[in-house]
Amino acid sequence: MAKHKITVTVNGEARSAEVESRLLLVHLLREEFRLTGTHIGCDTTHCGACTVLLDGKPVKSCTVLAVQADGQEIQTVEGLEKDGQLHPVQEGFWQEHGLQCGFCTPGMMMTACALLENSPDPSDAEIRAAISGNLCRCTGYMNIVKAVQYAAAKAR
Amino acid sequence: MATRTTPEIGGMGHSVKRKEDPRFIRGQGTYVDDVVLPGMLHMDIVRSPFAHAKIKSINTEEALKVPGVLAVITGKTLEEYKLHWMPTLMSDTQMVLPTEKVMYQAQEVAAVIATDRYTAADGVEAVEVDYEPLPVVVDPFKALEPDAPVLRDDKEGQKDNRIFHWEAGDKDATAKAIKKADVVVKERIYIPRIHVASIETCGCVASFDKAQGKLTVWMTTQAPHAVRTVLALVAGHVGLSEEKIRIISPDLGGGFGGKVPIYPGYVVAIAASVVIGKPIKWVEDRMENLQADSFGRDYHMDAELAARKDGTMTALRIKTIADHGYTNAAAQPAKWPAGLFSICTGSYDLKSAFAEVDGVYTNKPPGGIAYRCSFRVTEAVHAVERMVDVLAQKLKMDPADLRKKNFIPPEKFPYKSVTGWEYDSGAYEAALDKAMEKIGYAGLRKEQAEKRKRGELMGIGISSFTEVVGAGPSKHFDILGIKMFDSCELRVHPTGKAIARFGTKSQGQGHETTYAQIVAEELGIPAEHVQVEEGDTDTAPYGLGTYASRSTPTAGAAGALAARKVRDKARKIAAHLLEVSEDDLDWEPGKFSVKGAPDKSTTIQEIALAAYTNHPQGMEAGLEATHYYDPPNLTFPFGSYICVVDIDRGTGEVKIRRFVAIDDCGNIINPMIVQGQIHGGLTMGMAPALLEEISYDESGNIQGGSFMDYLLPTAMETPKWETDHTVTPSPHHPLGAKGVGESATVGAPPAIVNAVVDALSHLGVTHIDIPITPEKVWQILKGKGVAE
Repeated sequence: MAKHKITVTVNGEARSAEVESRLLLVHLLREEFRLTGTHIGCDTTHCGACTVLLDGKPVKSCTVLAVQADGQEIQTVEGLEKDGQLHPVQEGFWQEHGLQCGFCTPGMMMTACALLENSPDPSDAEIRAAISGNLCRCTGYMNIVKAVQYAAAKAR
Repeated sequence: MATRTTPEIGGMGHSVKRKEDPRFIRGQGTYVDDVVLPGMLHMDIVRSPFAHAKIKSINTEEALKVPGVLAVITGKTLEEYKLHWMPTLMSDTQMVLPTEKVMYQAQEVAAVIATDRYTAADGVEAVEVDYEPLPVVVDPFKALEPDAPVLRDDKEGQKDNRIFHWEAGDKDATAKAIKKADVVVKERIYIPRIHVASIETCGCVASFDKAQGKLTVWMTTQAPHAVRTVLALVAGHVGLSEEKIRIISPDLGGGFGGKVPIYPGYVVAIAASVVIGKPIKWVEDRMENLQADSFGRDYHMDAELAARKDGTMTALRIKTIADHGYTNAAAQPAKWPAGLFSICTGSYDLKSAFAEVDGVYTNKPPGGIAYRCSFRVTEAVHAVERMVDVLAQKLKMDPADLRKKNFIPPEKFPYKSVTGWEYDSGAYEAALDKAMEKIGYAGLRKEQAEKRKRGELMGIGISSFTEVVGAGPSKHFDILGIKMFDSCELRVHPTGKAIARFGTKSQGQGHETTYAQIVAEELGIPAEHVQVEEGDTDTAPYGLGTYASRSTPTAGAAGALAARKVRDKARKIAAHLLEVSEDDLDWEPGKFSVKGAPDKSTTIQEIALAAYTNHPQGMEAGLEATHYYDPPNLTFPFGSYICVVDIDRGTGEVKIRRFVAIDDCGNIINPMIVQGQIHGGLTMGMAPALLEEISYDESGNIQGGSFMDYLLPTAMETPKWETDHTVTPSPHHPLGAKGVGESATVGAPPAIVNAVVDALSHLGVTHIDIPITPEKVWQILKGKGVAE
């Protein structure tokens, strides 16, 4: 199968890879770059565990081909903490018990980051709408909403 | 709840922030799919498109031509090693890979081993299987008819499709009581198949080291120790010996019961690693997970509740057909084929009850795992909580009043039920009163009456459930003969820090925090200084794992008692250090002081150091203890939930306006974590009540085998839960605690159904089966002429 050379910026660092046309972005991140914080929870773009930011927009990386990301900037959970300082969203999830098993958490946090980028003072309803493409089986979402509110308040 | 320790120590009752979270919020958890080993190969599985078919041939030639495909494993391959069948946890048998026929759609047929997961999938596409379809049995009632084909013709002496018949209670006394009752209500209640759908699917990395003869398996399992023993028992003949098997259950992305069974995929990956000598990774995709892994529920219940005119309930009778699929692979204690279903008298002081369950084979994947509950308690609670409402409707009584009239009163605890349980403690009316007050029950009833006059549909539903968790006392509970104790091994280091290992396995419950708090409570060592480990069979003490809300009742108790053993030794060392007799010492969390001279004291940290540097002559050095805890009884958490719904007459949509949950799990270890468990449990209770169902067409094709059709609640449908609690300690648990992780999943569905039926009761509706979809409601509204 044909291979393509692609270059992407992952969490601020330029990375290149030779990839098959069919390679999914999530597998590029997890298997080529060994960034395993991005998880896979389904194959139909429903669960959102694989959410990363592609040029600042949340995408489900199980439904993006690696070649489609060529030349673009990718942010994953591993890039949230800066200089030993947790991102407000990370802090919020810890503080408000916004996670239990932790499997949906990275995708959930990336979606939350994108929301807060555009809407720094969201209502609970806005948060619920924003994360409606991210499934969590453990928390019942209430503490996730609180976690995002915590992050919003902290970032303001 | 009053706390005995300071926030710095963080014992029971403190909302200690979770110790496991720093790795998860950084994306640094280690889940099975994150494990990568040198030379690791990948496995993918060929699955059957038919629900019942003879396998005429499997042609692997084309698959083996795919570059990167190294092997194709079939039932015939495994047969050479006598590994093509395996036992289930209920001592039935299950194919690992078939040699003759397939019994359900999506059954494993062959496995492809390749250099990467994409190539393995290419290989799966290239395997050609020739099937000859056979008659399919989907309906469990038809499966019991005399002319139904016998599905398990592989089993000697199996002449029909009945797996078991099980009874509890007094049949004759119940029949008599029903006969002479003033009023008897009856309903057929079906709880469909549902799937736990943890966001992480199942999988493993099996690595057999030929030189050492040692097998290591990273595996999504809630019960790693039991898995190790089962593997040693079924694969001993191919050289796997228990001391050379290491099961590691790393971080798990949810479990909810779905990661208790041993699925064929694990066994094939292990066999492949042993044969090929390389690590093999197998991680199922979501559709495989939903279509082939074990299911919960699937109970068809005919329930009857009898009462006197004044509302005194006199008898309950339930006859159940349980669809177990093609094998009885229920994850239940061995002596309990219908799990703990006999808890069906619930929170009520019933004088007679009788329950019977017939387990049935059908052409479906194995069922019988608990969807976040303690072995069929959800089915039991659903039946009784529904029937109480049906009776209230019939007697034109308020459902709250009827419940209060029949609750087991607080003074009757410990309470012996007619089906044989001894409830440890309860205060049911107090919990219901608290819920009614919080939600403003009287006001809601008034509002409902006014709305009804205007033709608006609003309903209020109550569920006052009792759970039965913490299996269990070893005299009654075992899995494949292994008693259901659990364990803790606690070691205090010279600097006063500790490590505690347990036989359970967290899947998100927060054991690393709550267990540390138990040790903190008992020893006064700050929770942050207690490292908790589970899930590695080479290091953790033997235990039966985490499911059925058993961790706190069993391993949590073991932790407390191991800590108390450590404290007993610490007291001896303290007496030595303070040069007084042991009897002259007072304990408060973290230190011993001399009676009457409180400034003369020594801390647990000083004692720990002395245990290694200055221990009394004649005493063993070190400060550690192990405890295997065999609970004297189960624990019986309970609660009262009230749900308010509004129904859209145009669409049939049910909207949960409010939901108040009052839970009582005895003494609370970490209020924040308990609340989180309740939130999650309520959401997983709402899910089957309104959304989730796996059904099959008459050819045995699964309907809803992906997240396209199997609807998990999102943040949009999930309401804002209103939670609170009462505290009625368990009298027999060392900490007075009860399990809590599943209460809400058990208690929530009938509250929701009761609310919906209540909204429609004036139209003559007495029951609706879950899931209550908009379509189902709209059809009812249309039938009654009130749809808009």
